[in-house]
Amino acid sequence: MSGVPTGEKAAEAAGLVVKAERVHKSFGRLEVLKGIDLEVKPGEVMCVVGPSGSGKSTFLRCMNHLEKINAGRLWVNGHLVGYRQSGGKLYELRDREVAAQRRDIGMVFQRFNLFPHKTALENVMGAPVWVKKLPKDQVKQQALTLLERVGLAEKAQSYPSQLSGGQQQRVAIARALAMEPALMLFDEPTSALDPELVGEVLEVMKQLALDGMTMVVVTHEMGFAREVGDSLVFMDGGVVVEEGTPRDVLTNPQHPRTQDFLSKVL
Amino acid sequence: MTVDTDVEGGRPETIKAVPVRHPGRWVAAAVIAVLAAMFVHFLLTSKSLEWSEQWKYLFSKPVLMGVRNTIWLTVVAMAGGVLLGIVLSLMRLSANPLLSGAAWLYLWFFRGTPLYTQLLIWGAIGSLFPTVGIGIPFGPEFHTWQTQTLINAASAAALGLTLNEAAYMAEIIRAGILSVDEGQQEASSALGMSRTQTMRRIVLPQAMRVIVPPTGNEALSTLKNTSLVVAIPYAELTRTQETISAVTYKVIPMLVMACLWYLALSSIMMVGQHYLERHYSKGVRGSNGEGSEARQWLRLRTRGGGQ
Repeated sequence: MSGVPTGEKAAEAAGLVVKAERVHKSFGRLEVLKGIDLEVKPGEVMCVVGPSGSGKSTFLRCMNHLEKINAGRLWVNGHLVGYRQSGGKLYELRDREVAAQRRDIGMVFQRFNLFPHKTALENVMGAPVWVKKLPKDQVKQQALTLLERVGLAEKAQSYPSQLSGGQQQRVAIARALAMEPALMLFDEPTSALDPELVGEVLEVMKQLALDGMTMVVVTHEMGFAREVGDSLVFMDGGVVVEEGTPRDVLTNPQHPRTQDFLSKVL
Repeated sequence: MTVDTDVEGGRPETIKAVPVRHPGRWVAAAVIAVLAAMFVHFLLTSKSLEWSEQWKYLFSKPVLMGVRNTIWLTVVAMAGGVLLGIVLSLMRLSANPLLSGAAWLYLWFFRGTPLYTQLLIWGAIGSLFPTVGIGIPFGPEFHTWQTQTLINAASAAALGLTLNEAAYMAEIIRAGILSVDEGQQEASSALGMSRTQTMRRIVLPQAMRVIVPPTGNEALSTLKNTSLVVAIPYAELTRTQETISAVTYKVIPMLVMACLWYLALSSIMMVGQHYLERHYSKGVRGSNGEGSEARQWLRLRTRGGGQ
């Protein structure tokens, strides 16, 4: 391929899982992302914090093309998200190709979004059976192992409505892991939970991080960011204001906006 | 923390109060009882009902043929209506303005004209389109059929009912699809599922909970609307009883007999709807998807665990 920009080469060379170059995103006339530059290395746990409306969730959703970016370049797992570049021109990917890219990216939502008409086990088994066309017996074994990993083996036959919020979110994590993704995206995974249920979800995420999963976590849990995160990104007004190790950013914020935000949440 | 209980002092005496009287209920019961007695008396003594005459024809061959035709028309119209309705609702929801426009036009016509009039047109379809052919539009035709021979009374009746039913089903299905939370499609997309898989595995099964009750209504309507195919004409139950009473001059007995058949058929359909609704309420809180007792028990067991 000719005309390949340096970014992709750089992303491949460094073996990056995510590389964002001046990513812009607008909803109508409202520009939500105003040039995001970010890199996520394999095995890295990146926590993204910031006030609501700062664009952090939108950026997360851009990474698996739930939102289309308007400018800049975004690579995930070595592929340009949503587009194919050839001869200096961008071509939109077909639905089928976008779906194929998403298979390697797991996503956990604020509101769980479990399939309410399926049991916990069926929720986890669904995608591997329907999308990867794997044999049911094999998938079932794997799904049960995953449910055990999130501590819900005995809830395999329960429907989401019979589970607590924390249990639902843990099933949702197992469901995302069932596709064996190279990257896990968490969109405020504990924001919809009762306070006493937050811990069990964070514990599962911590285990996942210890197992070496690459994770991007949009969160308000500063304790989790400090303990588990390898890097912390503070976003405000659609730009990355400050970036560094969680300890540095949380204890010694450089930018006044970071200082202001942290003084409110810590 | 201690909880104050009455263990020591003993439980206070159970309340025995004079219940509130409901004289209105007694009056209503009396009125209804008298009306019911009058109705039973009418059923037993009326000369015009002629039960023996009804009994003579209830299971007679022509009536059974009429019932059979009513049943297959209902089944075909509902099955075809649901299938075509799914296509039309997906067209309506499509981002392609041509598809959604075409579906809108279809609904506009079939919901905007009376079914009886539509069926009259189907009866006269041969005069509207004398021939049907395969060929190049506005160009030569490779093969041509006479419409009259291609579409007989039975297929005209089935087509007329199906195309009309599809318009109503399309709106019911569209409402069902829109009722499913958007997060379900996002979660499916994030797992790498295609649009078709998402629709089939995730959205439609959940939409069914909203779709089934009004569809039960539609099925009952369709059962009764089959009587309108006298417009074509096609010999289903109503047309058959008409034919018989035209000969015997026993109009009321035959009409009542037809009503009994319709009531029997619609009762069966209502039972079917009950089970269908139960099936599609799987996983919904407070539903009896797996038998209500089991669910009650489960809820007691997990009390405090679920939100």
